[in-house]
Amino acid sequence: MPDAALTPAERSSIVRDSLAVGVATGAYGIGFGAVSVASGLSVLQTCALSLLMFTGASQFALAGVVAAGGAPLSGAATALLLGTRNTLYGLRMAPVLQWRGWRRFAAAHVLIDESTAMSVNRPTTEGARVGFLTTGVSVFVLWNVATAIGAIAGEAVGDPRTYGLDAAVGAAFLALLWPRLQDRRNVVVGLLAAAVALSMVPITAPGVPVLAAGGVALLVGALARTPRPTRAPGPDDAAGGHR
Amino acid sequence: MWTAVLLACLGCYLLKLAGMSLPERVLSHPTVERVADLIPVALLSALVAVQVFAGGGDGPALTLDARALGLAFAVVALLLRAPFLVVVVGASVVAALSRLV
Repeated sequence: MPDAALTPAERSSIVRDSLAVGVATGAYGIGFGAVSVASGLSVLQTCALSLLMFTGASQFALAGVVAAGGAPLSGAATALLLGTRNTLYGLRMAPVLQWRGWRRFAAAHVLIDESTAMSVNRPTTEGARVGFLTTGVSVFVLWNVATAIGAIAGEAVGDPRTYGLDAAVGAAFLALLWPRLQDRRNVVVGLLAAAVALSMVPITAPGVPVLAAGGVALLVGALARTPRPTRAPGPDDAAGGHR
Repeated sequence: MWTAVLLACLGCYLLKLAGMSLPERVLSHPTVERVADLIPVALLSALVAVQVFAGGGDGPALTLDARALGLAFAVVALLLRAPFLVVVVGASVVAALSRLV
């Protein structure tokens, strides 16, 4: 991976896109705060989850299992199962970010869906680091502030759905996925994964469908014989293409 | 409850750290590389599907609501090569407006 310095324009473009993802994702923490308190966790426990666990699907899963009457420890087990997704992200990100020592320990904490997506395709190490840190830290700060607001005010704050924020998250994920869909194998994997996830939504705990969809990648990746088809898109691709 | 919360937090962090700490040669195998490339595609697709069609916190059922309209807007905007912010903000505005109607 080349280490060419970023131009100021490239840097601010990455920062702008990353902050947009941070705002869209972080604001949804209001929803987590409200759901978690409604599930029977205390405000302190809710905030501890956002501060220390910091991986949204796992947090929702823990609260969801408790709300459905499950034991706290089975909620924890579900959260861990979902957290294995981040191990796979880490495998992918370690050679991209090339951090050692305390930086790796710190970076691991903000290793989530969004920071990975906004970083993994950058053509330079510096670009990957800027995307990873800007996204990871902005999501972390906003997610925790929003969690506290949601937990303290509960449903009185209002439903994030009123502002269409739930739709914004789906749209953001689609925009991140879009540049990868130029390859036919990726389109097939994407459709299969979506179908697997949707078919499991009614019968499994929240979050499990996404994990199961990862199995599609394992299966296709293990069975495919031809070289990997994925080109490495530039930073502009992460912004939904040309601007 | 606190035990479960703290155990899960510690475990989730260790899972993240484990991924970042495994030796690079683990990734040099072609199959591992292929899988690692396909995983974001599969997970992002699944996240889109679940975010848009799973029953908005009210239960495990699939639902078709304003979020699907937001997603439809996002698809059109992406086909027109609109910037990221237009895609995301536009989708939420469309969903919010359709709920008002």
